[in-house]
This record gives sequence, structure tokens and C-alpha cells, in this order.
Amino acid sequence: MNLMDSTHSNPMSLCSQADSQRTLYPYVTGTSVIGVKYKDGILMAADMGGSYGSTLRYKSVERMKPIGKHSLLGASGEISDFQEILRYLDELILYDNMWDDGNSLGPKEVHSYLTRVMYNRRNKFNPLWNSLVLGGVKNGQKYLGTVSMIGVHFEDNHVATGFGNHLARPILRDEWHEDLSFEDGVKLLEKCMRVLLYRDRSAVNKLQIAKITEEGVTISQPYSLKTFWGFSAFQNPTVGAEGSW
Amino acid sequence: MDLNAPHTMGTTIIGVTYNGGVVLGADSRTSTGMYVANRASDKITQLTDNVYICRSGSAADSQIVSDYVRYFLHQHTIQLGQPATVKVAANLVRLVSYNNKNMLETGLIVGGWDKYEGGKIYAIPLGGTIIEQPFAVGGSGSTYLYGFFDQAWKEGMTKDEAEQLVVKAVSLAIARDGASGGVIRTVIINSEGVTRNFYPGDSLPLWHEELPPQNSLLEVLHSSSPEPMNM
Repeated sequence: MNLMDSTHSNPMSLCSQADSQRTLYPYVTGTSVIGVKYKDGILMAADMGGSYGSTLRYKSVERMKPIGKHSLLGASGEISDFQEILRYLDELILYDNMWDDGNSLGPKEVHSYLTRVMYNRRNKFNPLWNSLVLGGVKNGQKYLGTVSMIGVHFEDNHVATGFGNHLARPILRDEWHEDLSFEDGVKLLEKCMRVLLYRDRSAVNKLQIAKITEEGVTISQPYSLKTFWGFSAFQNPTVGAEGSW
Repeated sequence: MDLNAPHTMGTTIIGVTYNGGVVLGADSRTSTGMYVANRASDKITQLTDNVYICRSGSAADSQIVSDYVRYFLHQHTIQLGQPATVKVAANLVRLVSYNNKNMLETGLIVGGWDKYEGGKIYAIPLGGTIIEQPFAVGGSGSTYLYGFFDQAWKEGMTKDEAEQLVVKAVSLAIARDGASGGVIRTVIINSEGVTRNFYPGDSLPLWHEELPPQNSLLEVLHSSSPEPMNM
């Protein structure tokens, strides 16, 4: 079962009648999003790249946005579909506020709504080409979940989309623990983001880390990570094996 | 992740002649689909003491072509009794590429120095065409450099000017081509011999929308006040 973004997969085309508009393949895409639960809430990280095929076209795309008072949404995949999802959620939150009843949608509810939206679109063969990470805190309860473009959804203590599934989750499985401090959480996310920077072709060295706690959402200013190239083996790798890598 | 995708060096490769020799440059990224299989590859390969080749496209194809040519050139040098010329090396590469054009997917740049013609660059793209040029760019990253070189290349540069140009160009391509990245390697060939240089990723200039690298967000937060976080 394919759980991650397929930026190069074939269009799912079993229906052959004329369609008005449907997403066949993505154009401008974002890569991995990683989320972890920590002591005070959720920490999420995503780089700011919007790739256009193999071109790193846009380098200041914000792929994490606050939703209402209690949630934070991070998205990978087609950016235009993410922007559409933000419009849907905006309307959802607006209607929720109009009740003016003191209640507000928490992360669990927003995640459930997103799951329905993604799954129903998938059933019509017109998916929103995203993998989403939804994190939040309400009444002291931390919540972290994910939804894919085909409607696969679950919650966990740490989640990742795209390449993050392969490169970040093994690190998180080893090093995540309950009640991480903010500092440890940031360092853990940065460790994962650095590996992604080395090994994911669509990664861009400009990222943001967002946190959500009972108090609210904070998204950091964009910054870059240092990378290490000082292994002696990197200097002259083909000495003694001319013609190899 | 398609682990059965062939290893390609998306790549940016460059060869530039200058007043006295040539400078060859390349990035160091080899990918299997979207995964970076090797982030510090060496794409500038030796054919003889005085001729080197920049490889792009399929990693396997470019390696086998350069292995064959190195083998032929070795025999040729013994028969000739003196170092092979750059032109001969380039034409051997062309023969292999052209005669196997249906099976190969590799773009190559041959550069070197010999006593008859001095520094020379030959481009051998897909299909096996051979083109002698004062400078050449190749690989997927090269698409971002045509405009740059149209403006920045000048006849009669010094060795240092040429190398700086190559490093700047590969760095610009790396900034925009997802298939290029890592470190920049350069090889300078002239009458005095061959010099290899290494420019790690973190020493390269920053371009538009790129930021100076930090050790961690924690340092950013602690160094500046007021709090640089925004809603």
C-alpha cells in the first residue's frame, strides 16, 4: 500500500468520460513534513521549498499554517491543493465561530473533517494531492495525526510524510520519548531535517519549526541548517578506483 | 521510493578553457529516483595524465564509456610513444557514444591539455555528436546556466578567474536543480600538471532566498531578542 506522496505516479484513470477538472499529477510540490509530540504540545517541521518537477522553483513557501485556536496543519504534495484545503478549513472555522457558543473545534475534529474530505475526493477519482500532518492541544490533551491523499489516516506520537516516512521515522522510533523538552524536540526535528536535506532531492535548505501548545501556535522565522562535508572519504573518493564514484 | 530506478547523476558539469589550460567542474550528487544515493560522488574521471572527463546522465553508462576509453587510450599511448592529445581522447569517447547510441544515456565533457593545441574542451552530448568549444555545460543543471554563461564568459581569463567562474556556475545550478547538489569538485589541467580542488557545500555563496546556515533554531532564539517568532 502506498502511504506516501507519489509525485511521479500514474494518474488513476478508470473512468473515461469527459471530466471538468481533476488533478492528474502534481505540479508545484512540497516535500516532507515531520511532527512530534513533546512535553507542552506538538512540534512540527517542514522546509519552505515548492518544487516544479526537478526544479527548486519556490523557496519561501509556508507549508505549515495555524487552524483555529487549537490546531496546526502541515502539508506536503501539491501546493495549490493545500491552499484549497486552507480555504475549506477557513470556512469550517468561520461557521464554528458563528455559533458563538464558547465551544471551538479541536484538533481531533479538524483531523476527522480532513479525513472525510480527502477520502471522499479519492472516491471520486479527483484527489487533493497532499499528505497532511495535523497537530494540536485542547484542554491539556495533545493530538497528532496524519491523512494521506487516499484517505489513510491515523494518530501517533510522531508522524512524517513523503521521504520523512523512510528517513525520519526510523530516527524518531529510536530517539523519541514521552515528555521531550522543547530543546530536545527541536534538536530531534533538526536531526531529521538534516538527513532529509542530504538525502531528499527535493529538499531545500530553508525551514521553519512550529510549535503548538495550550497557549497557541508559534511558527519560527525561516532559517537554514549547517551541513557537514568534512569526512576525509569525501576528499578523493576514487583514489585507487579510477572511474568509480 | 523507487529503489529500482537507475542511478543517474542528474548533475551539473562544466568545462572552461582559459589562458594556459582548462578548468573542469562538477557537483557531487548521484540519485536513485528521488533518493540521493551518493552525496559526495566524484564525477570528474581521469582518462590519461593530461585528459579528464566530466560524466553526466546514467552513472553506469558514463562509467563504462570512460573505462573503455581509458583502456584504449592506454594502448594508444604505448603505441604512439607520447601522451595522447585531447582531440584523440575526445574522439574515442565520441566513437563509443555514437556507435552505441541506442543503448547509452550519458552526456560527457572531455577536457585536457596537450603540447600541440594547449587547453581544449570537447562536448559529447547524447547521440555522440562532438563539439569543440571554448566552454561547455552539461547535465540537468546546465539548463540554468546558459543565460549565465552568455553573460559571464570572457575570452582569455586567468586560471583563478576561470576556476571562480566554474565554482560560481555550479553553485548557481545546485541552487535550482534538485538533481544537483553536495560539494563542488574542480580539476585544473595545464602544462604544469593537474590540480584537484574541493569546495564543500557549506562554503558556497548564498543566492536568492537562501539563508546563512545555523547550528540550530535554539541558537537563533537565544541570540536575538526580541523573540523572532511570528504568528
